[in-house]
Amino acid sequence: MTPSPRRTRPGAAMPTRTPVRHRIIIGALLTTAAVYFLAPVYWLVVSATKDSADLFGTFGFWFSDHPRPLRYLTAVLTYDHGVYARWFANSLLYAGVGAVCATLLSAAAGYALAKFPFRGRETVFGLVLAGVLIPSTALALPLYFLFSALGLANTYAAVLIPSVVSPFGVYLCRIYAAAAVPDSLLEAARIDGAGEARIFAGLGLRLMGPALVTVFLFQFVHIWNNYFLPLVMLSDSGLYPVQLGLTTWIGYADRQPVLYQYTVGGALLSVLPLMVLMTVLQRYWRTGLTEGSVKA
Amino acid sequence: MLPFLAFFALCYLAPVCYAVWTSLRRTRRTGPLGLGTEHDTFAGLANYAQALADDRFLTGFGRVLLFGAVQIPLMTVLATALALLLESAAARWVTFFRGAFFLPYGVPGVIASILWGFLYVPGLSPLVRIAQGVGWNVDFLSRGSVLWSVANIVTWQFTGYTMLVLIAQLKSVPGELYEAARIDGASAWQVARYVKLPLLRPALVLTTVFSIIGTLQLFAEPMVLRPLTSSIDSGYTPNLHAYSEAFVGNNQHRAAAEAVLLALVACAASFGFLRLVGGRGKERG
Repeated sequence: MTPSPRRTRPGAAMPTRTPVRHRIIIGALLTTAAVYFLAPVYWLVVSATKDSADLFGTFGFWFSDHPRPLRYLTAVLTYDHGVYARWFANSLLYAGVGAVCATLLSAAAGYALAKFPFRGRETVFGLVLAGVLIPSTALALPLYFLFSALGLANTYAAVLIPSVVSPFGVYLCRIYAAAAVPDSLLEAARIDGAGEARIFAGLGLRLMGPALVTVFLFQFVHIWNNYFLPLVMLSDSGLYPVQLGLTTWIGYADRQPVLYQYTVGGALLSVLPLMVLMTVLQRYWRTGLTEGSVKA
Repeated sequence: MLPFLAFFALCYLAPVCYAVWTSLRRTRRTGPLGLGTEHDTFAGLANYAQALADDRFLTGFGRVLLFGAVQIPLMTVLATALALLLESAAARWVTFFRGAFFLPYGVPGVIASILWGFLYVPGLSPLVRIAQGVGWNVDFLSRGSVLWSVANIVTWQFTGYTMLVLIAQLKSVPGELYEAARIDGASAWQVARYVKLPLLRPALVLTTVFSIIGTLQLFAEPMVLRPLTSSIDSGYTPNLHAYSEAFVGNNQHRAAAEAVLLALVACAASFGFLRLVGGRGKERG
C-alpha cells in the first residue's frame, strides 16, 4: 500500500482528523449510554450496604449513614443454614460442568461436520441449525414431561443433561474449524501416522482454542442465567440454582420484609462470578474470533 | 460427533416428538365425579382448538408480537449506533465503554428483573423519587406501561451483546477497506453509512433472528415482576400461559399444544424474516 497522504498535523500520534467538536459529541453520547447501563448495577452495589430500614428510607443512588457491606452480605450467606451458599454451589456445578461438556461435544461435532464429508452431513447440520431456532423454553416443558416419565425430573441430571447440548456451539465450531484447521495440516499428521482421535485432541482442539473459549463462555452464561428449565424441572429447593432461590425469597418478602435486603445482597453476589469470568476470558475471545491460524 | 447427536436427540428431537404426541392426546377420567381411573385417549387437534380459542392465550401472543415489533428495532438501532460510535476513530476510552455496555449481559434475566423491579416500585425506587422531584408522577407498573417497563429490562440486558456481535463483524473486515474509503475522501459519517452499515447486514440478520426467538419466549421478566403489580396475569405471555397451564391447571396436553404452537410461531417468524431479508439481498446482488 502506498503511504496515505496525511492531512493531520505533523507530530500527531494518532490519525486525529476528526474535529474536537465531534469527539465531544461522541463522548457525550457514549457517556449517556454508559450511565444507563451502569446505573442499576451501581444501585445494587449501594443498596447491598444498607439494612432493611435504610433500603426503603434512604435515597437509592446514595449510601446510607452507616454502610456495612460485609455485615449484610454475611447475613445473606448465613440465613436459613446457609441455603444461599448451597444454591450458589449448585449454580457453579450446573454451569461449570454443563459448559465444559457442551464445549467438548460441540467441538467434536463441529470438527466432524467441517472435516469429514459423509452422507447426510448437510441434513444433520440443518437439523442442528433448526435447533438454534426452537425457543428453549418451548422445549423445556415437553422435556419436563419426558424426564418425569423417565423418572429424571427433580434431579441434578434433569438440569445438567439439557445443558450439555449447544446447537449454537456446534454451528460456531463448524465455521471456525473450517477456517482455522487447514486440511494440509491434517494430511501431514495422517502421513505421520497419527490416529484421527489423536489428531482431533492434539491439533483440532488446540487450533480451535479461541472458538472453544467463546462456546464455553456463552454456554456458561446461558446455563447460569437459565431460569425456565430449573423452574420447570426442580421442586426440591436444595437443588435450586441461585436465580431460582432468589425468586423464592422475593416471593416470601411480603411476609418477611428482611428478605428484600437479602435478595439485594444475594443478587449482588450472584452477579460477581460472571463479571470475573467475562473479564478474564474476554481478551481471548475478542482476539480469537477474528483470527485464523493460517492467516498469511 | 456421535455423543453430541445422542444428546441432541434426547434433548431436542425427543421432546419435540413427545410434545407433538402429548398434544394430540387427552386424559379422560371415568367413574363418579370423574375421580376414577384415568385414560389417555387420542384427541386429534382438540387441544390446539382449545388453545386457539382461548382469548388470554391469543392476547398473550398479540402482546409479545407488539413487544417485539417495538423493542427489537429500538434495540437494534441503539446497538448499531453504539457499535459505530465505538468503532469510529474519534472514540476514546473504547475498552471502558465496551465493557460498560456489555456488563448487563452478565446479569441474569431474573436478577435484572429483580433489580429493575426495585427501581420501578414506588417507595423504593430512586427513579420514581427523582421523577416526583421534578413534578412528574410516573407509574412504571400500570396496565399501560408495564409492557414497556419489561421492554426496558430486555433492552438493557441485550443491547451490549448485540453491539459486540456487530463489532466483531466490523473487525472481521480488513482495515484497509476503511482506510481506502477515507483516502477517497469519505467523511467519518459517510464511511459509517456507506461502508460499515452494509457490511453489518449478516450480523444484523443474525441478532434480529435471535431477538425474535427471545421475544417469543419472554418469561422470566414478567414472572418476576408479577408479585409487584396487578397488571400482569398468568397469561401475560404465551410462555407464562403454557407454564401455568402445565403446573397450575395441571393440563399437560394443552400445555404441550401451546409449546408446539409457540415453537411453530417462532420458526415461522424467524424463517419469514430470513426470507424477507434474503429476498431483498438477491434483488440487490
